[in-house]
Amino acid sequence: MNEKLLLQLEIDQLNAAYAAALDERRFDGWPQFFLEDGRYTVQARENFDRGLPLALIALESQGMMKDRVYGVTQTIYHGPYYTRHVVSPAQVLGEEDGRIRAQAHYAVFRTRPGDASEVYNVGRYIDEIARTPAGLKLASRKCVYDSEMVLNSLIYPI
Amino acid sequence: MNAPEPLSRWSRAGSSRVPFWAYTDARLYRQELEKIFYGPHWCYVGLEIEVPNVGDYRLTWVGERQVILVRDRVAPRDRGTDHGIRVVENRCAHRGVRFCQQPHGNARSFVCPYHQWTYKLNGELAGLPFKDGVQAVDARGQPCVNGGMPADFDLKQHGLTKLRVAVLHGLVFATFSEEAEPIEQYLGPQVMPWLERIFAGRKLTLLGYNRQRIPGNWKLMMENIKDPYHPGLLHTWFVTFGLWRADQKSRMVMDAHGRHAVMISRRNPNAPAVADGGENKAVTQGVTSFKADMALNDTRLLDVVPEPWWKVADPSNPGTEIMPSVTMITLFPSLIIQQQVNSLSTRHIVPRGEGTFDFVWTHFGFADDSEEMTRRRLRQANLFGPAGFVSADDGEVIQFSQDGFRQWGEAGETLCELGGTDTQGTEHMVTETLIRSMYAYWRKVMGQ
Repeated sequence: MNEKLLLQLEIDQLNAAYAAALDERRFDGWPQFFLEDGRYTVQARENFDRGLPLALIALESQGMMKDRVYGVTQTIYHGPYYTRHVVSPAQVLGEEDGRIRAQAHYAVFRTRPGDASEVYNVGRYIDEIARTPAGLKLASRKCVYDSEMVLNSLIYPI
Repeated sequence: MNAPEPLSRWSRAGSSRVPFWAYTDARLYRQELEKIFYGPHWCYVGLEIEVPNVGDYRLTWVGERQVILVRDRVAPRDRGTDHGIRVVENRCAHRGVRFCQQPHGNARSFVCPYHQWTYKLNGELAGLPFKDGVQAVDARGQPCVNGGMPADFDLKQHGLTKLRVAVLHGLVFATFSEEAEPIEQYLGPQVMPWLERIFAGRKLTLLGYNRQRIPGNWKLMMENIKDPYHPGLLHTWFVTFGLWRADQKSRMVMDAHGRHAVMISRRNPNAPAVADGGENKAVTQGVTSFKADMALNDTRLLDVVPEPWWKVADPSNPGTEIMPSVTMITLFPSLIIQQQVNSLSTRHIVPRGEGTFDFVWTHFGFADDSEEMTRRRLRQANLFGPAGFVSADDGEVIQFSQDGFRQWGEAGETLCELGGTDTQGTEHMVTETLIRSMYAYWRKVMGQ
């Protein structure tokens, strides 16, 4: 039981740190939450549910994540905005081959200068997590979002 | 009473200045729906592969009207002449209910939940409860019939609105108008070869959808893909990696009306595969989006592999071949077809009032793609769509355009005079001719 509780706490801490890094705009730190060959996808629920492979963002390594960070901070022109992630306690689904399967719900709010906050992207994280000497790392994070429409654009990671 | 507005408010000659009211006037927008989206134009509604089996349907849009794209049963003897694809309006003939609520599925028939009026897949009314009344006994104990529809009620007169349908190489178009010309004629001989290059004789596979809501007038999206000026300036990835740049061999093609267009370009053959498109000072100097020292950590994002079908006989130069790496096709009023290196998609414009539209991306590949090619197409999808390295900012600038029009009001106008004020095709991309040609056509249709 203690071990189970500890794991639950560790995953919740991982999610809290992940959300804080994004909301505090420490984007360079974001790839560090993943394994070097970790995967990150943001995918519409309709594609996920129907087994269609297209994702809004599909990154297959820490390198691609770094390229995404460079892309969003240096190259994509967009209106500035803050995000605020609210993440539910994780549901630990199981552990196989050293990979922990977990899931958590998230809501991301967007606030643009001079504007009210709005619900931006709502969905769940479907995670595979690895234990490493440096603590838990994401082998894969799938952000499957319910929101049927992206509110114009989605720039920063979810 | 208000004085009636003059029929035409477009005071200047030509179409190189577009008045802000063309984007912000709600009444004009209602007229656009009638004259353009519900008028004699073919509107894209989807891909044939989205409804592979009899009874498969999906909801889609023509203008603001929701319609159902469905595959009907076809008798064996008609299979040579009838593709079986139907498009019917999602509005019950009885009380106007938008009866179908599942975005996609499979149905034997369509039933309105309110009073169970039942329609065949082709939209014909199959039947309705109590049409002939209800058997009862009257006060004197005699059998009688209560209610029912009038004796002359004709099922045939009360089906769903059926749209005319055209299926062209797997693309499905529909129109409410009897006047729209046959689809090949509508698209025109200048544009058709570029559609055939991608679609003719190929079976498509559906990779998935991305959807975004953009707070701008729908025409701004058409303009964006008729504007070869911006990609090498707004989009760092295009200019830096040589995917779209002013020094590339390019061609702007339009149909005889100027309403459809193709922007064709070819990545410079000496551009390195990744990391750097080669620096040509004529097109990179002073361009702040050009990042000479930008290098990818993971080059798989731009793992471009030329495909045999890219090379075709050049429609404008008989006897020679042409091998574009990008063709961006705009089919008036609501479809954009993208081939950007290995990434393929249709982008469907669904207007939502004068100041907003939904933009639906359907990515596809070909049935004979290798697993590597499918993965490549999916990877390159990171460049496109609402989060794409080169498309996210298109939605953003469209929003800011609309904001600018709104804050100034009626008297303002946009300026589209790069390359002059005429509406001819060109053999380069330093021009806004395709925007001008679309507005020349728009003025005719709108009586402006």
